[in-house]
Amino acid sequence: MHEASLVMALFDQIDRAVAAHPRARVQEVHVRVGELAGVEPTLLRTAFEAFRESRGRPEAALALIEEPAEWACAKCGDAMARGAVLQCACGGAARLSRGGDVFLDRLELEVPDV
Amino acid sequence: MCDTCGCGDANLVSVDVHQSLLSANDAQAAALRLRFTGDGVTVVNVMRSPGSGKTALLEATARAFAGRHRLAAVSGDLATSHDADRLARAGVPSAAITTGTTCHLDAAMVERALQGEIGAAARACEYFFIENVGNLVCPAIYDLGQHANVVALSVTEGVDKPLKYPVMFRHADLVVLTKVDLLPHLPEVSVAAIRDALARVMPEPELIEVSATKGAGLDAWLGWLEQRRAAALASRCEGFGS
Ligand SMILES: Nc1nc2c(ncn2[C@@H]2O[C@H](COP(=O)(O)OP(=O)(O)O)[C@@H](O)[C@H]2O)c(=O)[nH]1
Ligand SMILES: [Mg+2]
Ligand SMILES: [Zn+2]
Repeated sequence: MHEASLVMALFDQIDRAVAAHPRARVQEVHVRVGELAGVEPTLLRTAFEAFRESRGRPEAALALIEEPAEWACAKCGDAMARGAVLQCACGGAARLSRGGDVFLDRLELEVPDV
Repeated sequence: MCDTCGCGDANLVSVDVHQSLLSANDAQAAALRLRFTGDGVTVVNVMRSPGSGKTALLEATARAFAGRHRLAAVSGDLATSHDADRLARAGVPSAAITTGTTCHLDAAMVERALQGEIGAAARACEYFFIENVGNLVCPAIYDLGQHANVVALSVTEGVDKPLKYPVMFRHADLVVLTKVDLLPHLPEVSVAAIRDALARVMPEPELIEVSATKGAGLDAWLGWLEQRRAAALASRCEGFGS
């Protein structure tokens, strides 16, 4: 289960991103998981919830967006049907245009008044 | 009060990050690849399900390349160093990376291994093989600084594995179909069906059929390795020229 390792990396990213707001409470963590990212959203959520306390982000909620995979021809740009052979009629090979990554999109913070 | 914009609802701040969760690993892997490329070392990450015949393939590669090319290897293993021991017996300087409960290798583990005894051989060899942990899901997403990803798939695993594990095959540059000497005993396994499944998960599917025990297909595999090495070395020259 590599979702635990990914979540540790995620909390490192959160720490870096909020370094400018040392007293901020992280409320929402928006993560996009591609269908072909090799990441199981439910396992990612379980790992997130298991570690948020010890990583000092007890209020943080994980907002997950699941992104379907989309293949398109690298040559002519035509989309490929799901499950089809990844070779375009024009002779070009397919390239994954969406759904291959797991991304931290943004954070919502609450910054206490001074 | 928000002192940036003076808005009323002071305390909510949105921070855009737009960064892969793998970015730290990817940066470390890119640095490794640069160093390997500079040293003239071609790095091949071999992934597979357990028992697909990956160590046997590397043993056969070592026998075939003996006296022609220098090899070195690290093997990711949950608990033992059996694979590294087998490769050492086949004449390949090798080390085990014991991952414990972790199901994959990452760039940091490879970096740490290179700081050990295997480091010198890894810099002086022509081909450095990384035998990944036996798992069809997790290893695929971690860049280790390799020049090529190879998935070893055995004929005994059935023809639907590529469709079941598309992520691993999406990242593969080559699939080595292993244990093809067993095909006569497996009437329900058709290589054509495996090729069809691969074409739906790999944009430019490449498949080489090999029997590590009988030696069939080894020449094609060795030729593929030499071609990848030539390409990696050529990219190094281009890098120097620009
Ligand atoms: N018949 C046959 N058996 C093989 C071949 N390659 C490996 N094996 C057997 O498959 C088993 C697993 O091989 P191993 O190399 O340890 O697999 P790994 O777990 O992927 O490293 C062993 O019992 C090998 O003897 C092959 O080409 N033909
Ligand atoms: Mg092995
Ligand atoms: Zn096209």
